[in-house]
Amino acid sequence: MKLTKETLQKIDDVIPRYPDKRSAVLMVIHLIQDELGSISDETCEWIAEKLDLQPINVKELITFYPMLRETPWGKTHIRVCRTLPCALRGSYATCQKLEKKLGVKEGHVREDGEYSIEFMECLADCGEGPVVMVGEETFENIDEKQAEKLADQMLKGKLEKSADFVSYEKGLLSDSPSKAKKSSSKTKK
Amino acid sequence: MTAKNSPKERRIILKHADDPNYSNRLGCYLREGGYEMLKKALKMKPEEIGAEVLKSGVRGRGGAGFPAGMKWKFLDRKSGKPIYLICNADESEPGTFKDRQIMYKDPHQLIEGMMIAAYAIQAKLAFIYIRAEFFEGARILERAIAEAKEKGFCGEKILGSDYSCDLVVHRGAGAYICGEETGLIESLEGKRPNPRIKPPFFPAVLGLYQCPTIVNNVETLCNVKHIIEMGGDEFAKIGKPNNTGTRIWCVSGQVKKPGYYEFECGALTLGEMIFDVCGGLLPGRSLKAVIPGGSSAKILRADERFVGKHKDGTDFDWGIEDVPLDFDGPMAAGSMSGSGGIIVMDDTVDIVEAMANINAFYAHESCGQCTPCREGCLWMKKITTRMCDGDAREEDPDMLLSIANQIEGRTICAFGEAAAWPTQSFIAKFRDEFVQKAKHSKRSKNSLQLI
Repeated sequence: MKLTKETLQKIDDVIPRYPDKRSAVLMVIHLIQDELGSISDETCEWIAEKLDLQPINVKELITFYPMLRETPWGKTHIRVCRTLPCALRGSYATCQKLEKKLGVKEGHVREDGEYSIEFMECLADCGEGPVVMVGEETFENIDEKQAEKLADQMLKGKLEKSADFVSYEKGLLSDSPSKAKKSSSKTKK
Repeated sequence: MTAKNSPKERRIILKHADDPNYSNRLGCYLREGGYEMLKKALKMKPEEIGAEVLKSGVRGRGGAGFPAGMKWKFLDRKSGKPIYLICNADESEPGTFKDRQIMYKDPHQLIEGMMIAAYAIQAKLAFIYIRAEFFEGARILERAIAEAKEKGFCGEKILGSDYSCDLVVHRGAGAYICGEETGLIESLEGKRPNPRIKPPFFPAVLGLYQCPTIVNNVETLCNVKHIIEMGGDEFAKIGKPNNTGTRIWCVSGQVKKPGYYEFECGALTLGEMIFDVCGGLLPGRSLKAVIPGGSSAKILRADERFVGKHKDGTDFDWGIEDVPLDFDGPMAAGSMSGSGGIIVMDDTVDIVEAMANINAFYAHESCGQCTPCREGCLWMKKITTRMCDGDAREEDPDMLLSIANQIEGRTICAFGEAAAWPTQSFIAKFRDEFVQKAKHSKRSKNSLQLI
């Protein structure tokens, strides 16, 4: 297992924040998973040694928490909210549309490793459902129609700069177009 | 619901949240008088702050609605062990998205509330346990804490006083059970988040590392700042007795304008919320049911009457639109206000599909520690999913009810109840639809797929 200097430094920074080393385990796992995409048995052993634990103490977390991975997701990972409030706004159709457009079933990684889709539980943005996360960014009100457009932008590599899709996170920066767009779409509804 | 002025929001916690000129940076917070209340609090005695919070009557905003001041009073201060403060920012109850707004848009308000609370309970260290799906939220909080530390609002010798307390952001990893306070504590200790048995020992006595620990919700901790600003007595005048302060209601589902709305407790009814504030239902639809407090809360049927007696002896006879939005209103109607997540369903919803959707959630999220919950949730999911797949049987409603009844009260934590209540209430109130499912297995064509 190879980690960059930056990640190793971050790991060393995060451990002393806690009164007990073991508490740092989730944060250490996150840091490594961010870089490697998943946590192998070898990595479990490395983390265990780092934190004076047994490998099973790490492994049992990887197999418990939904967001910890034994194998990596695709290069672009898409999370679609499945839970009731989003489902009531059509998230099943959203997920099916994305599956079709991107050529991969939810819970799986496309053969070329480009895309993966996860139909997951509540993303805590229920007022703007269906909610879709692309990587670490949250896109709101992605119904079936919008999902088609979102997938097109992704496939063309244009989502990053898209004016039609401004994520919740980017919308927080004041004066961004999404704030204006949001208020107008609210009144339109 | 006609010709009446729409009730007005009163934004205290979300005062600045959607102001286009407001940002989540420290400079902006300071311009609006930020951290003045921390200065004021540090001049008070810790127990005076506790007394104000107790007087305010503020109830926990995470779901259980337990008075925060009372929780603080249970703290074991005699053990000599370090005391910890944890902010529960796991926000995982389906239908709830209020804490997100606070953390992303006004993180310093939370930090100030937390540092006041930490000083009041004399915490040695404070944590924010944030759900892992809030990637940017965790970064915003980290940055805000760094900004606050630089100015001496947290960390060593806060604002030149003798009090020091560091603040650590800890990310979860996508498990609903980490919203349960002892599950959260186990998770923070680096273990699987299996909740602990309680009573006899609550976290206030034996919490993180077996030390006295207070776990409060994001919104609750923000309220602490405003209690110091107004004083407990003034704060208690907002809302209604036993239901003080404002609440952020999160409305989702089939209304025209879903969203988060902050009102004084009891300032409006469920009907006013749905039909006035949220602009009513989608065109041509009628109301079928509402889940008033996150998916664990018992469902309310649009045409049922809620009859009973208030604590003061007066009678009430409500339709669904009359249920007051506070802590006690939904409780009197046989449900709960929970985390404030109001999920609205109209007449196009297939109630068995909605049930299957909720059951799939609980089956996925059960931690697996207690057999009735681990097995029961899975069976409830399997049965309701099979019913929606066109293989419903006449005996299914009774079978489901029997499973739910065998989960409730037989688990270590309240997840068991949270998973059983939806099934119990859906079947009690919509039994006809469950029975009908056995005769007409297909979903009607204008009804959404929910499972």
